[in-house]
Amino acid sequence: MLNASDLRKGLKVQIDGNPYIVTEFQFSKPGKGQALYRCKMRNMISGNQLVKTYRSNDKFEKAALAERNMQFLYNQGDEFHFMDTENYEQLFLSREQIGDNIHFLIDNMEVDVLFFDGMAIDVTVPTFVQLEVTTADPWAKGDTSGNDTKPVTVETGYELQVPPFVVEGDKIQIDTRTGEYVTRVKE
Amino acid sequence: MRAAFFRCIREFFYNENFLEVDTPLRQPVSIPESTIIPVGSDGLYLQTSPELCMKRLLAAGCTNIFQICHCFRKEERGRLHLEEFQMLEWYRSGADYFQLMADCEHLLRYVLVQLQSAQSEQNLNPEQKLLKGISLQGKWHKLKVEDAFKQFSPVSLNRALTEDCFDEILVEYIEPFLGMDSPLFLYDYPVELASLARKKEGEETIAERFELYIKGVELANGFSELTDAVEQRVRFQAEIDKIRENYGHRISMPEKFLSDIDRLGSAAGIALGLDRLFMLVMDCPSVSAAVTFAEEDF
Repeated sequence: MLNASDLRKGLKVQIDGNPYIVTEFQFSKPGKGQALYRCKMRNMISGNQLVKTYRSNDKFEKAALAERNMQFLYNQGDEFHFMDTENYEQLFLSREQIGDNIHFLIDNMEVDVLFFDGMAIDVTVPTFVQLEVTTADPWAKGDTSGNDTKPVTVETGYELQVPPFVVEGDKIQIDTRTGEYVTRVKE
Repeated sequence: MRAAFFRCIREFFYNENFLEVDTPLRQPVSIPESTIIPVGSDGLYLQTSPELCMKRLLAAGCTNIFQICHCFRKEERGRLHLEEFQMLEWYRSGADYFQLMADCEHLLRYVLVQLQSAQSEQNLNPEQKLLKGISLQGKWHKLKVEDAFKQFSPVSLNRALTEDCFDEILVEYIEPFLGMDSPLFLYDYPVELASLARKKEGEETIAERFELYIKGVELANGFSELTDAVEQRVRFQAEIDKIRENYGHRISMPEKFLSDIDRLGSAAGIALGLDRLFMLVMDCPSVSAAVTFAEEDF
């Protein structure tokens, strides 16, 4: 069991049988009054927002979440298929459940699939991924516009800003938390 | 700037003929207040406020006293809360809560003027406007708790009390509107929300307690002191029972305090959060940004 005082941003709790993640959190306590924990939470399945104020003696169930390492196989329309690397079980997630991860997902990539109550609800890609640059404009020598980055597209179709020396065919490392360029990968 | 801030607060009280006192941080008894959790220290408690000791000094014959000290309250962390914070408390014997309100007005005006001159004399970021957006001039607003509920809350004060949602309503619907262009005193609290305050004469349900608000931030809590040991014991016992029920802790009755307060004539006392005041003066985003070292600095 968790107490209201354990609440913080990113905590995953179970409310009325649904998993919620705390997205905003504020502690307040009027003079001579109770400690109040004001939370904004997102239902991890439906995406619905919940705004609620708790008191310090309110108790919570930790969301019964489990993660399994799986390999991304392929997508067929809006169905994204994954395979458990241990027991070869296969399942799929919807385009909606994949969310922004679609920018970083390539065939055979190993990811963590999040399960709630035996049901796959979310996927976490590695923090750093290496993707190939498929289109990059050549850097215009003598460019005096003052920009020190240029846009490129990687194999997933994702577009981002990189330093001028990156060319087509390069592999680059991307931080999936921010979606930003980290470094060029030497093969 | 912080040094100038503390200096001029002390100066103000010296000018008003107050005695500066200091009382132990670690004490064997804690104030029985069910909403405050003390931090333990090797079998003793770190003070949650210097209130009990300061009132005992009044009972021993001191008249006007003040103290600047560190206080500790467990599990209070947020934009306006630090587990360790600095409190300014002052007491006036023979006074009531309206005199404390006047003190607040004089103190804040004095502090602001002194800080403005320190700012320009020592060339400390002279462009910055101190206590931005707030005017301290003129009479400050006074608003009764009951009227605040009428004005801002979807439910009446009575309903909030019977349905046990006073704090929620206060935080959600009322506080964000208090003291937005000049400071405001919220006053005359229901007696059950003021365990150490005196009841208003002729009104059994109201305690002579007030809070000072600036920009929606609760800055100070003051009241006319309850000096009836019998009634104080009853109120403490209710708090002690609540603490045992909610947390399973056994808190002992502050007996020495109770035997002293019978000797306490009429008096009024107030506690003001100095980190919050400094935060507002300097326009900091949180109290952690207003102190020299916050938890995240270690």
